[in-house]
Amino acid sequence: MSTNSPTALDRRSFLSLSALTGGGFLLGFYAGISSSGGAELGQPTDTSLGEFSPNAFLRISPDGTVTIVAHKPDMGQGVTTSIPMILAEELDVDWQSVKLDIGRADSAFGNQLSGGSRSVPNSYDSMRQMGATARAMLVTAAAQIWGVPEAELTTAAGSVTHAASDRKAGYGELVAKAKTLPVPLASSVRLKDPKDFKLLGTRVGNYQNRDIVTGKPLFGIDQKVPGMLHAVYQKCPVFGGKVVSANLDTIKTLPGVKNAFIIAGTDNLVGLMPGVAIVADSTWSAISARRQLEVQWDEGDHANDSSVEFAKQAAELGAKPEGMSVVRNDGDTSAALATAAKVIEANYSYPLIAHACMEPMNTLAYVQGDRAELWSPCQEPAGAARAAAAATGIPVGNIKVNVARMGGAFGRRWFAGFAAEAAIISQKSGAPVKLTWTREDDMRHDEYRPGGFHHFKGGIDEAGKLIAWQNHYVTFGVMGRGRGGESLQAGIGAGLDGGQFPARFVPNFRTVQSLLDCRIPMGPWRCPGNNAFGFAIQGFIDELANAAGKDPLLFRLDLLNTPPLPNAGGGRGGGFGGGFSAERARGVLQLAAEKAGWGKRFERGQGAGIAFHFSHQGYVAYVAEVSVSKAGALKVDRVVAAVDVGRQIVNLSGAEGQIEGSIIDALSAAKYQEVVLERGRMVKGNFAEYPMLRINEAPTKIKVHFLRSDNSPTGLGEPGIPPLAPAVANAVFAAIGKRIREFPFSKTDLSWS
Amino acid sequence: MSEYQLHINGQPRTVDVAPETPLLWVLRDSLDLVGTKFGCGMAQCGACSVHVDGEAVRSCVLPVSLVGDKKVVTIEGLATEGKLTPLQQAWCVLDVAQCGYCQAGQIMCASILLREKPKPTDADIDLAMSGNLCRCATYHRIRAGIHRAAELAAEGGAR
Repeated sequence: MSTNSPTALDRRSFLSLSALTGGGFLLGFYAGISSSGGAELGQPTDTSLGEFSPNAFLRISPDGTVTIVAHKPDMGQGVTTSIPMILAEELDVDWQSVKLDIGRADSAFGNQLSGGSRSVPNSYDSMRQMGATARAMLVTAAAQIWGVPEAELTTAAGSVTHAASDRKAGYGELVAKAKTLPVPLASSVRLKDPKDFKLLGTRVGNYQNRDIVTGKPLFGIDQKVPGMLHAVYQKCPVFGGKVVSANLDTIKTLPGVKNAFIIAGTDNLVGLMPGVAIVADSTWSAISARRQLEVQWDEGDHANDSSVEFAKQAAELGAKPEGMSVVRNDGDTSAALATAAKVIEANYSYPLIAHACMEPMNTLAYVQGDRAELWSPCQEPAGAARAAAAATGIPVGNIKVNVARMGGAFGRRWFAGFAAEAAIISQKSGAPVKLTWTREDDMRHDEYRPGGFHHFKGGIDEAGKLIAWQNHYVTFGVMGRGRGGESLQAGIGAGLDGGQFPARFVPNFRTVQSLLDCRIPMGPWRCPGNNAFGFAIQGFIDELANAAGKDPLLFRLDLLNTPPLPNAGGGRGGGFGGGFSAERARGVLQLAAEKAGWGKRFERGQGAGIAFHFSHQGYVAYVAEVSVSKAGALKVDRVVAAVDVGRQIVNLSGAEGQIEGSIIDALSAAKYQEVVLERGRMVKGNFAEYPMLRINEAPTKIKVHFLRSDNSPTGLGEPGIPPLAPAVANAVFAAIGKRIREFPFSKTDLSWS
Repeated sequence: MSEYQLHINGQPRTVDVAPETPLLWVLRDSLDLVGTKFGCGMAQCGACSVHVDGEAVRSCVLPVSLVGDKKVVTIEGLATEGKLTPLQQAWCVLDVAQCGYCQAGQIMCASILLREKPKPTDADIDLAMSGNLCRCATYHRIRAGIHRAAELAAEGGAR
């Protein structure tokens, strides 16, 4: 960290980082956080600072300072605060006194990926275990010092008390003794009874709130080191196109420009793509010089692709009964449809969309010989290191990644191609370089949420029961999932899985899938796949309920009460541990309906809709109430949420915030968002062309209810997204009788008379 | 390159940059005031909002040559002597931010609103704040935060 400037050093996290990298006392200490969440607690480490550090995540100094490592990158989902809270709860310390150690990547912390709503489920048990173990050792230390039985000791707010002798010691006073004790076996340490929790489940403000509201340099784009240069990077407007030539000599003469060069790049659409780098003495010099850049591209064989053409192909494919692959097949759907009392047919579609994080992609990289240091707003520091290693040839073990706070991610920063770009630009420049993408770079070189086209048929029997479900799903495919290769595969976040509801609850069920051959980077977009599947599936279920003449809530409950077939599919929901539970789905539906007063009567032009979805181990149901003006203006008046993510909410403020944000973010995506491909290029470049919801359209009445079922706690970054759009679309149907079957909603005429 | 004498957060600052350089990049690259954020570069998102002579301005489209001797206040200059303004306090108390990237711009714009309308209605908030995007969609709490700040200010705090 000797390269850090005073600006960058103005961060508690980086201060502590520099102290630590000097001492190195944590190295070699292993607290493995496996994907199942178990921790292997190692032996205590003696430290040069005299701290008690029973594991890699916790340090208690003799002055009583408690420092907990916040190891998960924070994109706004709140893990900087929520994950250390779990350890603090079991340690029994006052949260206000805890210091967090933020922004370090270290193999001692295990998997540091933030994504898939997995931070809480993967960390919950291990964080509790580590906190409880440290607390047990502090109790043992006090018992030995005072010569009293451990059973007579209690802990609270960072101290141990022996009531019988009226003795009390702060944790800091016990550090010297605790350090000498062996770390007890995990199985011998008793965890708190959750009913005794003091911190978990309360509202705790984000640890970095004060830094955020005073403008401290938290984000990747804010980082700086002495001698740093600034870069922009121009890639081919047609994805993966190669540079033939560029007017580099002219560019190099422009004010402030230090260098300009071509990077050959790779065919990895989520890695280092070919382009031209301009390196200058300021961001503005680089941006200005780029306006003079002229590049001749080899655009490759996808330079005539267009959204319009893909939609035509999708319609042609979807009209055929057979797809390229069978996702799931139960019973005899054709026969059931032939004998059904009613057959309903509907097509649902949605376009590719961008992430549009408020902070454009960026990374500061400093390559020196065979070593590199990055300051990167990335979801997975190890992934950023791998990307930089692949780009520079530097061994991955020689690349240190400092994790910056992310100005939004939503899956966009899962793959760190931007870190690869920064690293190779620094390497070729022989200087530290901060690469900053413009908004247009960000919009036109995103890893897009794949578009999709669902061609549904549903059959209902005389009693109004759903007996057949058929879907030919068409989505976007790319060679080798975008990472180079010879086979066409569904884009990342595109494929439909066989476990997706209502699979298993309909006796005759058939889903087939076909792929459009494109070369578009695709990646995870908050609640991948599900973010749009929820709309299509819960929208079509509403149509079936209507056709059956049943209340939309009761139709769903009836469906969920059907004895399910075995789960052959697994899939996105089930694949993250634990299959779909009809009981939990019914639970959130009923709770949302009850809290919203489902069944109310509305004037024409107003209405309520209901939808639920299971993903990332979470169950969410929404009741949305809307008004539609005669001119067709849609307003969401109120949303009532019911959420089941298990028995324990970690941070109530953060948890509610994730659902509030998901409601508005999902509405924003549903109502407006779409990128458009023409001649192989993404047309839209900035927010004027790519509208996002603004405060005047955000629903003002939002109420979040948590259903605390007896299940392990799971994450909240994603499961709140999918059911919002269908709840709103279903409410629009209730209000005016028009079905919305397409994202963005703005394409459907909602006027009525 | 030209030399400009600027007034930033009550301090005189001299920079030597190209005349067309947007104030945003002068703040961020020349003066290390990185609390003002780059979002769009075209005055479409509000993340770069600062105060220029008491008005909210999109610094990403304001050339430094037009700033002159006007008084510029950035998010770093809002709290004086370490005391947070009611808006900053409300943002912390209500835990408004998620990623936090847009929030400097939100607070800078909200502070002009509160100066003009010490007790704003929801409609006032819609009008004043619709130029500021938040991809985390924290609008629900931004609205609550402005109302809370108005209460705090009425109780005696400074805006």
